[in-house]
Amino acid sequence: MDAFHHPDYYQLDDLLSEEHKMVRDATRDWIKRSVSPIIEDYAQRAAFPDHLVKEMGEIGLFGPYISEEYGGAGLDHMSYGLMMQEVERGDSGVRSTCSVQSSLVMFPIYAYGSEAQKRKFLPKLATGEFLGSFGLTEPNFGSNPGGMTTNFKEDGDDVILNGAKMWISNAPFCDVAVVWAKNESGRIKGIIVERGMEGFTTPETHNKWSLRASATGELVFDNVRVPKSNILPGRDGLGAPLSCLDSARFGIAWGALGAAMDCYDTALRYSKERIQFGKPIAGFQLQQKKLAEMITEITKAQLLTYRLGQLKNEGKATTGQISMAKRNNVEIALKIAREARQMLGGMGITGDFSIMRHMMNLESVVTYEGTHDIHLLITGLDITGENAFV
Amino acid sequence: MNLLVCISHVPDTTAKINFDAAGKALDATGVQFVINPYDEFSLTKALHLKEAHGGSITVLNVGGPETEPTLRKALAIGADQAIRINATPTDAITVAKELKNHISANTYDLILCGQESIDYNGQQVPAMLGALLNLPFVNACVDLTIDGSSANATGEIDGGHATYSGSLPLVVGGKKGLVEEKDLRIPNMRGIMTARSKPLQVLEASESDTATQAIKFVKPAGKSSVKLVDSVDELVHLLHNEAKAI
Ligand SMILES: Cc1cc2nc3c(=O)[nH]c(=O)nc-3n(C[C@H](O)[C@H](O)[C@H](O)COP(=O)(O)OP(=O)(O)OC[C@H]3O[C@@H](n4cnc5c(N)ncnc54)[C@H](O)[C@@H]3O)c2cc1C
Repeated sequence: MDAFHHPDYYQLDDLLSEEHKMVRDATRDWIKRSVSPIIEDYAQRAAFPDHLVKEMGEIGLFGPYISEEYGGAGLDHMSYGLMMQEVERGDSGVRSTCSVQSSLVMFPIYAYGSEAQKRKFLPKLATGEFLGSFGLTEPNFGSNPGGMTTNFKEDGDDVILNGAKMWISNAPFCDVAVVWAKNESGRIKGIIVERGMEGFTTPETHNKWSLRASATGELVFDNVRVPKSNILPGRDGLGAPLSCLDSARFGIAWGALGAAMDCYDTALRYSKERIQFGKPIAGFQLQQKKLAEMITEITKAQLLTYRLGQLKNEGKATTGQISMAKRNNVEIALKIAREARQMLGGMGITGDFSIMRHMMNLESVVTYEGTHDIHLLITGLDITGENAFV
Repeated sequence: MNLLVCISHVPDTTAKINFDAAGKALDATGVQFVINPYDEFSLTKALHLKEAHGGSITVLNVGGPETEPTLRKALAIGADQAIRINATPTDAITVAKELKNHISANTYDLILCGQESIDYNGQQVPAMLGALLNLPFVNACVDLTIDGSSANATGEIDGGHATYSGSLPLVVGGKKGLVEEKDLRIPNMRGIMTARSKPLQVLEASESDTATQAIKFVKPAGKSSVKLVDSVDELVHLLHNEAKAI
C-alpha cells in the first residue's frame, strides 16, 4: 500500500514551516514504526503499551513546548498540535498518554511549580523515566470539578491528603500525580503526589470499551503525608487546573483531526478497491456523499486548528476558542468514524482496520476534558455573558 | 574523525513519478522529497562512527535551495554541519566534480555516499568521486570498521562479498548492511530544535558545464491484465502462438 498522505485539500501545508513539517513527519514515522504495528493487539487485550513511554520521551513527545533547560524541546504550539495529530492518527489512547504527560502534568509544574519542583520532576517527565497523571475528576464531581471534596490539612512541614479521584488516565502506571485538592479554607491547590507515599494507591478501572490501550484508574489518598514543598506555589483556585485543560484541549482538537484523517483515508482507499454491482463502491453517489462530506469537515477542522495554533503561539488563544475547536473536531471525527465504518461494511467492525478502534476511543474523547455539552455551555457563556451551567 | 556524508535529495519511494510535457525533466508537483535511502544508511553509519571515535559529521549536497529541508533533516538526525553546493545536479560527472572540488580543498577522513540515488539509479557518482580524488573506493559497502587510520570495508560483489583493508581516507558507497533498517534514526524533537542553529553553508558551484543532457524520459508501459491459464499445455500454447515468446 502507498504511504499515508494526509488530506490537504486547501494546501495548508504551504502555510507550515519546514520545521513544522519535519516535526509532523518525524512523529508520523515514529507512529508507523512503533505504534501502528502493535496498537490493535494492545487495544484488543486492553493492555497499556508501557514500553512506549520511554520511546515517546526519546522522540520528544513529552512537553515539546517546554524550554530545553527543563528537558523540553522549546518548540512552538503548532508543533505540539501537529505531533498530537499524528499520534492520534495512530491511537487516541497513546495520544491521551502524551496529552496528560505534556499538558496536565508537565505544564502545571512548568507554569506554577517552584524552581526545585521543576528541576526535580520536569527532566524525568520529559524523558519518560517518570509517567505522570492528573487528578481533577472525582466520583461525584465530573463536569463540576469545583465541588471536589479531596482535601488536605497542614501538619508541620507536611500536609495530610484525603479523598479519591476517578477516571484518571495513566493512574495505574504513574510515578507522580498532579492532584487538585482543597486546603482548610476550601481553596483549590495543586499537589505533586509521588508513588510510594504511604496511603496512596491507584486501582485500575477495568472493562472499558474505549481507550483500551490507555490505562485508566483511581487515585486514592488515605491520610497521605505529602511535604509542603510538593504544593505548586504559582497559582491556586479552579483557574489553575482549568488552564491545564486549555493546553490539553488544544492538543485534543488536533488529535481528533488525526483520527478523522485516518478514518477518511481508510474509507477512501477501501471504497476505490471494493467492487459491488460490478464497480468500485466509490463510484456510487451515496458513498461519494459520505467521502465528500468527510473531506469538507476535515478541511474546515484543519483551518480551525491552524488558526488556533497561530493564536496560541501569539499567546492570544482564549478558552472559548479552544473549546470550540475541541468540540467541533471531536464531533466531526466521531461522525467520520461512524460513516467510514459503514463504508467498510462487515470489514469495518474488525480489528483489521483502525476505524472501529478510533470510533470507540472517540467516545472517551468526546466526554473527557469537558463533555460535548459543557463546551457548548462555554461557548454560550462566552457569547451571551449568561451562565447556563447552573 | 572528520566524516563527510554526501546526501542526495530524492522523491519519496512511494511518490507517483511523472515527467513534464517535453519528457525532459521530472514533474515535481505533489512529490515529497526525502534523504536518499542509501545515503541514510551511510549517515547512520557516520553517527555510529562518531559515537565510537568522536569527531564531526558534515553532510554535503549538490542542489538548489529546495534541497535544504533534506539537509536540515540530516542535521536534526545528528550531523553537525551541512553544506549545499548551489548547482542543478544534472548529471553524475558534474555532481562528482563539484563534490571533489569541495572535498579536495578540505580534509575528511572518510567520505560516505550511498551506493546509488533512487531517483535516476545511475550508480556513478561515488565511483567517479573516488577516481577524481584518487582515493580507494568500496562500492555496495555492507560492513565497515575503522581502527585508527586504517579501515576494513566489505563490499558486495557478484555472488559474494569482498573485504578490503587499507588506510584512510576512503570513499564508500553504502547500502543496507552498513547499518540495519532498525538502526535508522527518526529525528527527535530536540534534534529538530537544535538543527535550527547548526550551520548550513551555501557554496557557489565551480563547474559550469554539464557533460550530458537528458533528451527524453519515458515511463515503462503500464502492466497489462493478467490471464489465468488452467494447464501447462495451454500456457505453452499461448506463449508460443499468442505471445510469441517461445
Ligand atoms: C477514559 C477517560 C479518561 C479520563 N482521564 C481523566 C484524567 O486523566 N483526569 C481527570 O481529572 N479526569 C479524567 N477523566 C474524567 C472526565 O474528564 C470526566 O468524565 C468528564 O469531565 C465528565 O464527568 P462525568 O463523567 O462525571 O460526567 P457528568 O459530569 O456526570 O456528566 C454526565 C452528563 O451530564 C451532562 N452535564 C453535566 N453538567 C451539565 C450541565 N450543567 N448542563 C448540561 N449538561 C450537563 C454532561 O454533558 C454529560 O452528558 C477521564 C474520563 C475518561 C472517560
